[in-house]
Amino acid sequence: MSRLNQIFANGKAFIPFITAGDPSLETTEELVLRMAEAGADLIELGIPFSDPTAEGPVVQNANIRALAGGVTVDKIFNMVKSIRKTCSVPVAFMTYANPVFAYGADKFLRKCKDVHVDALIVPDLPFEEKEEFLPYCSKYGICLVSMIAPTSGSRIRRIAEEAQGFVYCVSSIGTTGVRAEIGTDVKEMIRLVKETRDIPCAVGFGISTPEQASKIAAFSDGIITGSAIVSIVETYGKACIPYVAEFVRIMKKAIQ
Amino acid sequence: MNAVIELEEAYNRLKNDPKFNEELDDLLTNYAGRPSLLYYAEKMTKDLGGAKIYLKREDLNHTGSHKINNVLGQVLLAKYMGKTRVIAETGAGQHGVATATAAALMGMECEIFMGKEDTDRQALNVYRMKLLGAKVHAVTSGTQTLKDAVNETMREWCRRVEDTHYVLGSAVGPHPFPVLVRDFQSVIGKEVRKQILEKEGRLPDALVACVGGGSNAIGIFHDFINEPNVRLIGCEAAGHGIHTDKNAATLTMGKAGIFHGMKSYFCQDEYGQIAPVYSISAGLDYPGVGPAHSSLFDIGRAEYVPVTDDEAVEAFEYLSRTEGIIPAIESAHAVAYARKLAPAMGKDQIMVINISGRGDKDVASIARYRGVDICE
Repeated sequence: MSRLNQIFANGKAFIPFITAGDPSLETTEELVLRMAEAGADLIELGIPFSDPTAEGPVVQNANIRALAGGVTVDKIFNMVKSIRKTCSVPVAFMTYANPVFAYGADKFLRKCKDVHVDALIVPDLPFEEKEEFLPYCSKYGICLVSMIAPTSGSRIRRIAEEAQGFVYCVSSIGTTGVRAEIGTDVKEMIRLVKETRDIPCAVGFGISTPEQASKIAAFSDGIITGSAIVSIVETYGKACIPYVAEFVRIMKKAIQ
Repeated sequence: MNAVIELEEAYNRLKNDPKFNEELDDLLTNYAGRPSLLYYAEKMTKDLGGAKIYLKREDLNHTGSHKINNVLGQVLLAKYMGKTRVIAETGAGQHGVATATAAALMGMECEIFMGKEDTDRQALNVYRMKLLGAKVHAVTSGTQTLKDAVNETMREWCRRVEDTHYVLGSAVGPHPFPVLVRDFQSVIGKEVRKQILEKEGRLPDALVACVGGGSNAIGIFHDFINEPNVRLIGCEAAGHGIHTDKNAATLTMGKAGIFHGMKSYFCQDEYGQIAPVYSISAGLDYPGVGPAHSSLFDIGRAEYVPVTDDEAVEAFEYLSRTEGIIPAIESAHAVAYARKLAPAMGKDQIMVINISGRGDKDVASIARYRGVDICE
């Protein structure tokens, strides 16, 4: 599990999110390689799900595009395997409980280990239900990353105590998506985590500009950006790679 | 997650609170019109020539379906919790209408999420909700039906949870919703027990109810789960047939999964992608089923049978013609199976069918199904 700590070793971490298979797995593979070169410290790869309840419209549509293109969990494992031939950038899978459950949690996490996926993020698996997958994560040395939100209240301390790798701090109430303003709750949330335990805190949901990223990086350990990148992918399709790489470079620079 | 913990705590505090229960009983009696009748369907009984058939008339409730039982409970609970706004998903529109009604009555702001496809096939209910002061959002994501309406209502609840309660309409979703909905709906079964004992001096041999998420079914089943001689039969929507990809027969065709905050059975593909299910009935057009039904299915306590669109439409017409009762197309699924089962039962046996709602809302779509274009 040491690789997740390592992502915060090179200054503040920048963690880009893309949906695997949007618009094609070949593009995704190329994107991962170029984003790693551009300074991404951890790549969050979304495994598409038919009903992504934590996502705003931008990522929802990416899920639809990817599934329409015939992407499956097995094809995504094969793609990561191919990436590993040339690139060792840490990778986290972000998906929903049912694709993991349907695949078989043991088999899913064993394959994660085989292709050197470092972490699993499951937004519809609350902390209280983590035993569903945690034993398998532990068995294969995969971090099960916990999320906290401004509404988590008294649960923040409990989650922080048992968190693995880093704490995924949800910056705003609601779903993913680009937002003009990020609330101040996130600062207080991080203070509570740090008071409980010295563990890196990365902030996601709604961060789309270098200015926002820089502001939030001042009091956190890393920035997660999804919808802004997925929007670039949506706009440029298979030609998106240089635009995304440039965006990652700008964001990484902004948070140092 | 905090919201459901808060809800569970509030419910545990209030469910035995005399004032809360008194207020709820008063609403059920004097507003919803409970108890609903248990009607002996004599003509249907004679026509089918088997079991004695009783209809539990949830269609006679205020707003025209069993949905009001749960809604009055939940909106009152929300009021006690200090919430000022309620949101809800709806399929056929019955739950949306019931929620809008309770919100109007209790002075709450109300927004309803309904799949775009359902707003088209249930246009009358959309207008009813608007009349009642609710804002109706047509959901255009995914299959544009009930499942997507649930997704969107969950997203909205995440966005605005402080002053808002999500009135989930079926016995599905994250705990405590399945328990909450079951408890508020179990009034149906409790009344059936009392009424059938008065009329027949004994318990029925079979209870038949339609199952989408399963709230009317668990409502009538719950009080009889520990009565092993009472058969519990849930009727699922088989759409064009279980051997086509156009059905919503979750327990017949689905497998275990985790979705919408529950571990239960779901229609899904081998990779766990939720299936785009289909039924003529917007209220049964849901790819999952409440966890209590999955459990009753697993332990073999309840039976679940598929009923096709064609069978349901025939039953819709049959009950209208035979007893002068137009059932909701959802409830017609239960009537359809009862028509098969009753002749196979003895004349000394008793069956109760839950007529979960009335069919006025479906008249236009049944006419279309029969090739008659009527102006609503």
